[in-house]
Amino acid sequence: MSTRRIRVLIGKPGLDGHDRGAKIVATALRDAGMEVVYTGLHQTPEMIAEVAVQEDVDVVGLSILSGAHLSLFPRVRKELLARDMGHVVLTGGGIIPAEDVASLEQQGYAKLFGPGTRTEDIATWIQAEMQRRWSDEGAAR
Amino acid sequence: MHAPTAESLAERLLRADRAALARLISWAENGDARFSAALDRVYSRVGRAARTGFTGPPGAGKSTLVNEVAKAYRGRGATVGVLAVDPSSPFSGGALLGDRIRMEERTLDPGVFIRSMASRESHGGVAQATVDACDVMDAFGLAEILIETVGVGQAEYDVVAVADTVVVVLCPGAGDGIQAMKAGLLEVADVLVVNKSDLPGADRLARDLDEAVHVRFGREQAFPVPVVSLCASSGEGVAELLEAVDGHRAWLAARDLPAARLAKRAERVRKTVDAEVSLALWGRRGWGAFVAAELAAGLAPHRVARELGRRVSETLPPAPGAPESNFRGERA
Repeated sequence: MSTRRIRVLIGKPGLDGHDRGAKIVATALRDAGMEVVYTGLHQTPEMIAEVAVQEDVDVVGLSILSGAHLSLFPRVRKELLARDMGHVVLTGGGIIPAEDVASLEQQGYAKLFGPGTRTEDIATWIQAEMQRRWSDEGAAR
Repeated sequence: MHAPTAESLAERLLRADRAALARLISWAENGDARFSAALDRVYSRVGRAARTGFTGPPGAGKSTLVNEVAKAYRGRGATVGVLAVDPSSPFSGGALLGDRIRMEERTLDPGVFIRSMASRESHGGVAQATVDACDVMDAFGLAEILIETVGVGQAEYDVVAVADTVVVVLCPGAGDGIQAMKAGLLEVADVLVVNKSDLPGADRLARDLDEAVHVRFGREQAFPVPVVSLCASSGEGVAELLEAVDGHRAWLAARDLPAARLAKRAERVRKTVDAEVSLALWGRRGWGAFVAAELAAGLAPHRVARELGRRVSETLPPAPGAPESNFRGERA
């Protein structure tokens, strides 16, 4: 019988055409044994949240290189909450200045990953986070 | 949504709660014990949807076509569910599910529900949970269910067990007329599609396929498989494909669609029981070690299999009403 696998949505919200980082992260998470839904470029926060519902993902990772992270993270969170998806881990990465990373993490967004991050570190962090949550839930959900 | 019960999810499914549908599909994929209890509760609503499978080699344009077909069915006023299967890695078990990229116009349509599935342990083009996922989509009330397989080669056709109508999608540049005469994938098609009809070689491929499907011996009673040329990226020819699928549905309806579906369901029960028995036999009951020991003692595999088969079958109870027969199926 199959067992539960971590399902991750990698999305690129907004007007930003640079998807190499998102694709590399998606591939790295695949190689770490996760099921990764990749949605492609130019997604609106509504689209990302709707895909998260239909795909029943555990994690949403946003790749943002446009500088709009301070508005996009809250908008995606708002759309997720509007769909009763508050349990999803919302994380991401891209070109985000250190002070903005600190500010976003303070606002309750999960760890954010900047340039130079090792892909293994992202996978390990997600695995540890999901392990913690699943043992809290008693594995059943 | 923390640890819902089978009852609560079933009830939410019937209220057309999309998150409940999504979670039930996850339960089916994960082999969660609550799934069958939930399906029991909604099973009376299963059987209303039309199920169409799309299969074919990687890059033939299945996702693009499924997106166009979904759009066309929406144009007819039907709700649409899409199950898009992509391969799992045999090494890491992970998967990159990228079919949604071609379907993003449908993301915010409340009449469309799209789910990506990793194939996991299956090698037949769909996932083990694909039928279960179709059933819950059906119970949810989606009218048209489109199943897109992983890109397949010549002999992966589990989609037949899942779909009422199988559309095989091909494109030019992938082989000559002899490919079209080979056994396998082409034989399971109810409708054949030549996609990328604007490319050189498309007319030739359509002609070769047309000849191949019409020169079939001993299948006079079979559905005359139409060959539809289309260009999924522009939508040209998609209306003709829908007509061809309608044609197959009418043909099925004039024969015995319920019987065909029952046969597929019976096959599914058989497979599930096979898997359970096999798990018990080789695991709990310890026959794996027995076989290893017999082989190590120098016995031939066929002899060990015959001996084990005899001993296992002797212990099997006959089904209620079935005549007693021995291991070889002969009347005692």
